[in-house]
Amino acid sequence: MTGGMAAAAPTAHRAGLLSCHVCGRLSRPAAAPMASQCPRCGTGLHRRRPASLLRTWAFLFAAAVLYVPANVLPVMRSSSLFGAQDDTIWSGIVYLWLEGSWFLAVLVFVASIVVPLAKLLVLGTLAASAQAKSTAAPLLRARAYRVIEFVGRWSMLDIYVVTLLVGLVQLQSVAAIEAGPGALAFGAVVVLTMFASLSFDPRLIWDPVDAQVDTPANPPADGRRA
Amino acid sequence: MWACHDCDALQREVSLPSGGSARCWRCGALLCRACDDDDSAAVERTLALTLAAAVLFVVALAFPLVGLDMQGSHHSTTLGGAVATLWQQDSKLVATLVATTTMLLPSLELGAMLWLLLPLALGQRPAAGREVLRGLLAIRPWGMVEVFVLGVLVALVKLASIASVLPGVALWCFGGLIFLFAAAAASFDAHQTWHRLEVAR
Repeated sequence: MTGGMAAAAPTAHRAGLLSCHVCGRLSRPAAAPMASQCPRCGTGLHRRRPASLLRTWAFLFAAAVLYVPANVLPVMRSSSLFGAQDDTIWSGIVYLWLEGSWFLAVLVFVASIVVPLAKLLVLGTLAASAQAKSTAAPLLRARAYRVIEFVGRWSMLDIYVVTLLVGLVQLQSVAAIEAGPGALAFGAVVVLTMFASLSFDPRLIWDPVDAQVDTPANPPADGRRA
Repeated sequence: MWACHDCDALQREVSLPSGGSARCWRCGALLCRACDDDDSAAVERTLALTLAAAVLFVVALAFPLVGLDMQGSHHSTTLGGAVATLWQQDSKLVATLVATTTMLLPSLELGAMLWLLLPLALGQRPAAGREVLRGLLAIRPWGMVEVFVLGVLVALVKLASIASVLPGVALWCFGGLIFLFAAAAASFDAHQTWHRLEVAR
């Protein structure tokens, strides 16, 4: 927690303004019965993304459930004259390591194992702390969110590896590779965690911090609850 | 004046030195990059990068990605071919996911950028500009060309031990695309583009 943040930070909310989440333009909310619309890009305006935490939890939960089959089921099935072999994400990494491609083994390990797990844990922590209206370490949490948003897409790596191996190794009777059920589960985990991080509104990290300094002497301009 | 998209803190507009960027005073989020003194030069540079990326992308999709020499027979595949094989093997959802993130959305992304930049470079207002820009911003996180290229490299290393691998034309194109895509995306500043759309008549 940043101790020196006693002064109220000027925010769009405190100024009674809505910030468009698509184009960033600030505008005044429409009178009560009307839904506010951004005058520049036409997007519906909300103070915060609607049902942000609920959606984040839903996507996270679905991703966490699929995380198990994604890692346990084979993502790839290779058959050759010498028999068939199933490969999971993990056995693919071990294969690269034993081949001596340590750099790629570490790279795939980070992209396929560390990043999805980190996304689940970090987003879960962010959503839980926002729900509890925590004021602890907002800057650290804001940075964690940006890192998660940035690295999330790289988990798709293994799906592309499988796609290319399937496309190339099709020698009918001699050798063939096909995608396993784990590939679908794994792809779903990546997509669901991306949806989860897109649903999370990072401004929820800062709202409790702002509410703390919203004393009766210093209320938000539009008078609504913080 | 505008508010930080990450923490809602209000920001004072400042004039940036060229090549500079503005960050939120409270949470450090990147707000926007410097507007050039000469805005039409910035539009033209972005347009040039986008056009180059589009040409390279067409070549990358049309030509074989990798060839494989295995026990006397030669096999090669394009990205579309690999997706089609997945589809035929009944991994239809995975095939759809790959086709969407590596072919469909990157094409739409480049198309939308050209749609907006061509008229802007000619000093005209793009038709349906705000809808196209909104769509572009929505699909941006889902185009994964650079991740795909890394995937190709990993696949090549895996195959190198069992067969001789010949990188195809498309692989070099994809390699170049990583940089062109990144450069075009970096010089296409959403904040500035909204402003240009407002100003354009």
